[in-house]
Amino acid sequence: MNAIAAFAAGLVFGVGLILSGMSDPSKVIGFLDVTRAWDPSLAFVMAGAILVGFFAFALARRRSEAFLGDAMQLPQRRDIDARLIGGSIVFGIGWGLAGFCPGPAVVSFGSGQDKAAVFVVAMLAGMALYYGLASRNDVSALDDAASAQKKKNPAV
Amino acid sequence: MIDWQHFTPWASLAGGILIGVAAAMLVLLNGRVAGISGIVGGLVGAWRGDVAWRVAFVLGLLVSPALYAFIQGRPVVRIEAGWGTLVLAGVLVGVGTSYASGCTSGHGVCGLSRLSPRSLVATLAFMAAGMLTVLFTR
Repeated sequence: MNAIAAFAAGLVFGVGLILSGMSDPSKVIGFLDVTRAWDPSLAFVMAGAILVGFFAFALARRRSEAFLGDAMQLPQRRDIDARLIGGSIVFGIGWGLAGFCPGPAVVSFGSGQDKAAVFVVAMLAGMALYYGLASRNDVSALDDAASAQKKKNPAV
Repeated sequence: MIDWQHFTPWASLAGGILIGVAAAMLVLLNGRVAGISGIVGGLVGAWRGDVAWRVAFVLGLLVSPALYAFIQGRPVVRIEAGWGTLVLAGVLVGVGTSYASGCTSGHGVCGLSRLSPRSLVATLAFMAAGMLTVLFTR
């Protein structure tokens, strides 16, 4: 049941990305190209998503359990550090170079684009590289969900 | 200057609302944040016994173009970048989102919906970096 719900959420998310124009790298680059011919459409994507998300997360925050019974796992971290800012800048450079962020890249891979496949493989390699480095240097570097999980259940 | 020719406010707003609905489904039904880099990263690096929902969500993303094609027609995907650029960009996106614990969905959509200061800083940083990159490379 939980997996079916997650599948449905992924499906709706993907259709939303395609309908909005986010899964078209040319459109994304048109949005990032603020100094020349700027296409502000993607600001409307964020506005629409946050409009709904705001109420959903307000409700989620007041619950300790999701409606299908799993623990509610919201990020707990509040610190703004160099990893957050540096990582975001590195991500932004990659985003600007190709016009792909992770969701649209996976979706375009699903529509059979060989260039998207190459991007996704490189992205997975980048993530594997990070986890390789993180497990060697700093285990606490694992993501927010993991730290939230540890707080709820120290045995994990 | 605004590029009115490519401006699609209604489709983008509607798509954004669907993205919000999907994030709402995942957090309210599964108790999870719809951050794609985190969901995919969890499959790459740290198998924590919570693999099923991640795989199911990613499968949903992969199948979505077929559903869209059925309703609306083939999705438009125009990729200007060359092969080498795509490889470099992919690695940067993988490493960067891992260090930042999130991407456009996790920080930009879910984080801003939660009014998280961390996510606001992250979103401003990757937007600015993306805009500067396009300014200098296009």
